[in-house]
Amino acid sequence: MLAGVAQGCVYALVALGFVLIYKATETVNFAQGDLMMLGGFFALTASVIWGWPYWATIVFSVAAMAIVGMLIERVVLRPVLGQPAFTVVMITIGVGYVLRGLVTMVPGWGTDTYTLPTPFSEGTFKMGGVIFAVQEVAVIGMTAALCAVLYAFFRFSKLGVAMQATSQNQLAAAYMGIPVRRINMFIWGLSSGVAAFAGILLAPVTFVHSNMGFIGLKAFPAAVVGGFGSVPGAIVGGLIIGLVEAFAGRYLPEGFKDVAAYVVVLAVLLVRPSGIFGETARKKV
Amino acid sequence: MRFLFKTSYEQDLRLFKHGGQVFWYGLLMLLLLAAPFFAGEYLMSQLHFICIYSIVGLGLMLLVGYTGQVSLGHAAFLAAGAYTEALLQAKDVPFLVSLPCAALLAAALGFVVGLPALRLKGIYLAIATLAFNVIVEEVVTRWESLTNGNSGLHLKPVSLFGLDLGGDAGFFYLCVALTVLSVLALMNLLRSPTGRAFVAIRDSEISASCMGVNLAKYKTLSFAISAALTGIGGALYAHKVTFITPEQFTLLQSIELITIVILGGVGFLHGAVLGAAFLIVLPQLIALAKDLLPATMGGSGLQSIVFGLVLIVFIIFEPLGLYGRWLKIRTWFELFPFYRAGMFRRQKSYMKSERLR
Repeated sequence: MLAGVAQGCVYALVALGFVLIYKATETVNFAQGDLMMLGGFFALTASVIWGWPYWATIVFSVAAMAIVGMLIERVVLRPVLGQPAFTVVMITIGVGYVLRGLVTMVPGWGTDTYTLPTPFSEGTFKMGGVIFAVQEVAVIGMTAALCAVLYAFFRFSKLGVAMQATSQNQLAAAYMGIPVRRINMFIWGLSSGVAAFAGILLAPVTFVHSNMGFIGLKAFPAAVVGGFGSVPGAIVGGLIIGLVEAFAGRYLPEGFKDVAAYVVVLAVLLVRPSGIFGETARKKV
Repeated sequence: MRFLFKTSYEQDLRLFKHGGQVFWYGLLMLLLLAAPFFAGEYLMSQLHFICIYSIVGLGLMLLVGYTGQVSLGHAAFLAAGAYTEALLQAKDVPFLVSLPCAALLAAALGFVVGLPALRLKGIYLAIATLAFNVIVEEVVTRWESLTNGNSGLHLKPVSLFGLDLGGDAGFFYLCVALTVLSVLALMNLLRSPTGRAFVAIRDSEISASCMGVNLAKYKTLSFAISAALTGIGGALYAHKVTFITPEQFTLLQSIELITIVILGGVGFLHGAVLGAAFLIVLPQLIALAKDLLPATMGGSGLQSIVFGLVLIVFIIFEPLGLYGRWLKIRTWFELFPFYRAGMFRRQKSYMKSERLR
């Protein structure tokens, strides 16, 4: 149960990255999982090779990924701004391929699997008769903290409000004097930073390796279940998917665990085509 | 510069618009027919794959390029075709029966996937098909009594009318024949009312339904036809590789299939064939380049980097794909010296939003 929630938190964070980018640019970033993988590797470099403490590792990895995300937006995505949505999706798939390939070539990274050391050991503690794993509680706590920070950022900071405005209506935002393109770049940076955070949280569970990004495919269902345009939806969707997986793994025969998320997504799409929290939109001809 | 004067209505119905086309396509056919006599074993094998992927690409092109529906789940249809063929052949069903069965089963699956497409658009559809692909892959892996799970299935060579088509040449002619048939069928389909309805749906769903196009019918039809062609491709693929496992039909395969369409040029039948050829040749080029690079860079990562870069570069610099590039070159020569840089430029809006505000 708790493991499901913890896993769901990671899905939720990756899904959050999807949603941030989708809201701002109406693009689904298929490279989100690979960004997460890259974040994991940055953290690995900082903590294992350079021997930094855990908190410094997180800061470094998130900052580095934010820069990578902004670079990707500037170099690859800005030229295709305004092209059909699927073209842009294909380009992010291309970015994912490149990242996955690059990681295998960097000396010290390669195709091996690594363990990222964390201060939260494998220990457990008891509270009210229920056994908690420290690891899982830490993941949940850190996700909650990040959500609070993000909420405050969007609510109170100038940049956050500008991002909200951009995602609601780009044209109107541009008229109000908001540099929409630069904001888009920052959103990519933010989303990549969140991905890096998710990567670090996920690292103890799945280890760090170059195909770690495929977990991003599990976050799709999370984002879709919640509705692509909704930030709280992403969190709820992630938790739902995590729980469904945990229960399917326990109560259903082997094999159902891997597809449970996708079955849920198909069901949700059939009932509510734009997700639970998604807004239904009409389109002008 | 060639001017086409329309002097009769039949002219619009002709397969070849002018003598030049007859000449060049005829030459291509002759070259293909003669290929087994001069091409080596390795080249023949590549040609097989190009034909097979062309058929799949054509199917996908109908869906993506002409109906405007996105699918990230075509590997599932490929799997359906391949497994149907393998299982039926194991029961000694003749190829002439098993191939249509493969196509039909894939089409039925396509119909099922097409149903949610009625309500879903764009990215949600892509994710629904993605989910479908993952589920089919898992089912194929787990249904061991039928598909033998991860241990895979073996296939025998094709035989048609008692003729053994297992050899390079025989199988090649079969592939070419099926490719040409698919092209002709699609050309015919696209100039019929059905094809026009597809294009109308691609250009604007709402306008199409206002004009009396039955969206439900044509979307599912498009999915079914596309899946059927992919199923045929899958059956041939199964015969080509002679050994199929679920790992060959993953999401990555689906993405590869869709890159055929993107690289070749969305919305051109030529594009499907060119894209397939490109996708097959690319790994060979990479293998050649590997020898020139230092050993640390030569790993499996190189292929994925090049693949990704090619995709990015094409979308940024040549959104019309290989065939679009060819069209531009040809127009440049035809119109020399009057070609303008913006002749093929698409209308580019600052933010083409599907949302109404």
